[in-house]
Amino acid sequence: MVLVFAESPDGKIKKASFEAVTYGKKIASLLGCDCAALIIGQADGSDQLGLYGADKVIQVSNTILDNFDSQTYTATIAQVANNIGAQTIVVGHSSTGRSLVGRLAAKLEAAVISGAKTVPTNDGGFKVAKNVFSGKAIAEFTLNTPMKVISLMGNSIQPEEIGSTVAIEQMDVQVNPGRVTVRERKTVSGTVPLPEAELVVSAGRGMGGPEKWQIIDDLANSLGATTACSRPVADTGWRPHHEHVGQTGVAIRPNLYIAIGISGAIQHLAGVSSSKTIVVINKDAEAPFFKNADYGIVADLFDVVPKLTEAIKEYNSINA
Amino acid sequence: MKILVCISKTPETTAKISFSSDSTQLDTDGLQYIMNPYDEWYALVRALELKEKHTGTVTVINVGPAANDSIIRKGLAIGADDAVRIDAEPSSSLFVAKQIAAYAKDNAFDIILLGKESIDYNGSLIGGMVAELMDLPYISYATSLELEGNVATLNREIEGGTEVCEVSTPFVVSAAKGMAEQRIPNMRGIMMAKKKPLNVVAADGSDNLEVVSAYNEVPKDRSIKYIDADNMKELVRLLHEEAKVI
Ligand SMILES: Cc1cc2nc3c(=O)[nH]c(=O)nc-3n(C[C@H](O)[C@H](O)[C@H](O)COP(=O)(O)OP(=O)(O)OC[C@H]3O[C@@H](n4cnc5c(N)ncnc54)[C@H](O)[C@@H]3O)c2cc1C
Ligand SMILES: Nc1ncnc2c1ncn2[C@@H]1O[C@H](COP(=O)(O)O)[C@@H](O)[C@H]1O
Repeated sequence: MVLVFAESPDGKIKKASFEAVTYGKKIASLLGCDCAALIIGQADGSDQLGLYGADKVIQVSNTILDNFDSQTYTATIAQVANNIGAQTIVVGHSSTGRSLVGRLAAKLEAAVISGAKTVPTNDGGFKVAKNVFSGKAIAEFTLNTPMKVISLMGNSIQPEEIGSTVAIEQMDVQVNPGRVTVRERKTVSGTVPLPEAELVVSAGRGMGGPEKWQIIDDLANSLGATTACSRPVADTGWRPHHEHVGQTGVAIRPNLYIAIGISGAIQHLAGVSSSKTIVVINKDAEAPFFKNADYGIVADLFDVVPKLTEAIKEYNSINA
Repeated sequence: MKILVCISKTPETTAKISFSSDSTQLDTDGLQYIMNPYDEWYALVRALELKEKHTGTVTVINVGPAANDSIIRKGLAIGADDAVRIDAEPSSSLFVAKQIAAYAKDNAFDIILLGKESIDYNGSLIGGMVAELMDLPYISYATSLELEGNVATLNREIEGGTEVCEVSTPFVVSAAKGMAEQRIPNMRGIMMAKKKPLNVVAADGSDNLEVVSAYNEVPKDRSIKYIDADNMKELVRLLHEEAKVI
């Protein structure tokens, strides 16, 4: 049995959880077993988990689990795995998943891969690949134990409607109170968080200062994209730290990455080069980023970005 | 306050990554190494700040071969009081975590700090593993850590924002950007580091839970198309019809 933890922060199943369930179902097919999805607490959208591949949906409700604590969640997931005889556990490589994946592997003495991006193969060993060196290379890991724990990198596979709706079963677990108290969750509403964003507009030191960021926001808004920036931009406080992408920032893999006034240093590329399509806007034709781009515009960004925004708006109005 | 900081060694950030011709080994020829930036810039410096404010000791620990000693000395030069190296080639994440947990269990640390991930295999695993092996709370990707008595308040990164949480010592925490500002070791620190204790401890056991069986290059199938700055309509068309991303 494959067990997928379908997380539901703020009481809603996320797209990443549907991705994980589809992924879990594909592993189950590979291994010739079933795929179960686990939801903890309230989870709007859980009725769709079957559609995306869960053969069984298990819900655990316990007030101890109202707060996220990696210890209580690990205990819960491990017990459910044990109850249903699961040998492969899948979580998303989200902030929650990253807190769980190591704990689960240690608890279950399991082989582990975090941030996996391919559906495993089972040919001469259970093999699955991930980006390593912050996106500079890909490594294929062979997991050598029957018990396996995998965290799935977001946007690696698309949720597919490969199942049908299933009923939700309740399951009780024994879990001691956690020791971490969550005081507050502060999230920016209205925009898709960077790690999950499919469209990203990013700007660098070429902006010359924080004052003119409105043109970046305007472009992002016209696309419904999330904004990002290069490291020096965050380091000098032009933009908040959570927007910093690259080897020492957030690693992303959106469908579209528009890099504006960013030179394309290797540490920057490391975190963004897995993007499906890259557009580079830079006034220096020799900027290294052009070697890693699908579309390039050699021009002054202050001139071209507003024009691009206008073109997107025009496109939107025609396709609305 | 007794603080343990886990440090690892990684290729420096500008390093080009290449492999053996059969793609099974990393080509380490000419590769330069550094202390993992998250460990050096954030975990270690925050540990030192806490020690300066609340008194105590900061120990750095590394699981690795003797070649790692220069990185460990750098940790001492930045300000750690003493160091431990568990003498082993790290075979799997769980193996490394078990060595750290075994050492930490005998030494009653109040806080165990790690980097949010090592920039080589980007595991983000060791912190949670150490916490589970020691039955301790674990806060991942913390961007701040304040201490009041034995109660810590931490901010941690979540998707699109921050979570504020509270936990009492002892606990395990992994450090992300924002936790502290990088400190450059000075001459005095470097001189003093030579005299500070670096204890080498034998490792226990070995495993091969998971192994890298092949390396691959990141597919570079991009060929650039230049678009005139006055023709953004064309770019939008291409993004829609050719790239199919909007
Ligand atoms: C250990 C380490 C880790 C690092 N990690 C990261 C990381 O995670 N992420 C990251 O981004 N960087 C990282 N860096 C920094 C990296 O090496 C580069 O310094 C950084 O990416 C450069 O940022 P930039 O491209 O915004 O600025 P610059 O390199 O200064 O480039 C600015 C670009 O803007 C262009 N430009 C200027 N004006 C205009 C205009 N009017 N119109 C159009 N174009 C214009 C210029 O031609 C230039 O190409 C790291 C460095 C180190 C040492
Ligand atoms: N060999 C090691 N010795 C000591 N600490 C390590 C070692 N490898 C990783 N760590 C610590 O664990 C953190 C996360 O590493 P990882 O789980 O490998 O991404 C690093 O930032 C270090 O703090």
